[in-house]
Amino acid sequence: MAHSGINILFAGNNFGRLMAGLWNSIWIAAVSLVIGLIVGTIFGVLRTSNSKILRLILRLYLEFFRIVPTVVLLYLVYYILPELFHINWSASWMAVLAFAMWVAAEFSDIVRGALQSVPESQREAGLALGLSKVQLFRYVLIPQAFKLELPAMINLATRVIKTTSLLLIISVMEVINVGQQIIEANNQQYPTGVFWVYGFIFILYFVLDYPLSAWAKSITNKQK
Amino acid sequence: MSEEILKVENLNKYYGDWQVLHDINFDLKKGEVLTLLGPSGSGKSTLLRTLNGLEDYKDGAIYFHGKKIDPNPKTWQALRQKIGMVFQSYDLFPNLTVMENILLAPVKVQHRNEADVKKEAQELLARVEMQDYAKAYPRELSGGQKQRVAIVRALAMNPEIMLFDEITASLDPEMVRGVQEIVENLSQRDHMTMIIVTHQMNFAEKIADQVLFLENGKILENTPGKEFFEKPKTKRAQEFLESMDF
Repeated sequence: MAHSGINILFAGNNFGRLMAGLWNSIWIAAVSLVIGLIVGTIFGVLRTSNSKILRLILRLYLEFFRIVPTVVLLYLVYYILPELFHINWSASWMAVLAFAMWVAAEFSDIVRGALQSVPESQREAGLALGLSKVQLFRYVLIPQAFKLELPAMINLATRVIKTTSLLLIISVMEVINVGQQIIEANNQQYPTGVFWVYGFIFILYFVLDYPLSAWAKSITNKQK
Repeated sequence: MSEEILKVENLNKYYGDWQVLHDINFDLKKGEVLTLLGPSGSGKSTLLRTLNGLEDYKDGAIYFHGKKIDPNPKTWQALRQKIGMVFQSYDLFPNLTVMENILLAPVKVQHRNEADVKKEAQELLARVEMQDYAKAYPRELSGGQKQRVAIVRALAMNPEIMLFDEITASLDPEMVRGVQEIVENLSQRDHMTMIIVTHQMNFAEKIADQVLFLENGKILENTPGKEFFEKPKTKRAQEFLESMDF
């Protein structure tokens, strides 16, 4: 058969399967980001608090997620949590849990940095108007910090999307996993299929991540 | 004698081992304009900031309407609604429009009706000739315009006392007069009780009912304004006035 390997992308429902895999990657990334960014904002605010103990705990939390490779983290969550706590979630939700904790850690540091670069005089002006601490964060500090943290936040989102490619190790049916199955099923017939499948997956990731990356860059340039 | 609003008694403040305020005593009556004068680093701004809880103090007491202030964050938060403050660097919130800056505290802190406050804010803006800028963001305004808005933002809380911390020090010379006139007008028309830290001697001379002259964190003189500028009691104040050359 002298067919070009490109055919395997469209043979049977392969295209649909790849897209379903991509959708899995997207929703896991999106849900993890939403949860992680909210929790990360709270942690970031708490990291500016006066309590040394609280700051230390959150700092250790951050360092843990920075030091442990994501692969190890996924294994820990997937194999050890169910044993320890008798949690019986699907692999996808385990992935969301792991990613959300990771995003929360990374984002807490971004939020802390941004909050600390809002001028002290803004805090004092808010206090002088009688704002409570919560109101001060809600109306004055967090909105100003948000502008500063936006590029880093978008870059974090692109990293999360890319990292969903690791989810095949815990058997989530994401796009790489599906691609791998297609390649293996057609290896005899189309030895060049691997290039087409991974080439196509490359394009999918590029289409997802490039606009985000370009957006972050344009914001950074504008803020200069 | 008119009613005493604020009284400071034996106030001492330290930064570590360094004493920044020494045994400060004075009182402030309703409608009075008190001006804090003295060389840079004399503790004027620190004293002013102590009066609305932005700085804490080691010992001594501050009384508001004869009642001793319990210096904890909750008390200060409530009191700050009655003691407005305007800063040298304006410090409008850049994420909010002029109107949102003004409405924030009356609506969120004092829980007043937004429409009422908005109407009041419009009137106040008109008074400082900023009525056309309600929807503008701070970055679109000049320094003088920002400072006018900052004054309106503090006034919108209906405070009993206004604290002004070198509010014209960062302004271009041609903007200074306009802002000073607003403060003068507040005193003359509204009989607002004010404490002013300034390095503008002609402004101080014009507006001060009473002058506190500070050096190295100590009050060297507490003299009626007219008298202070005509013949100050201390030699130090005399030298200070001569050096200011106004």
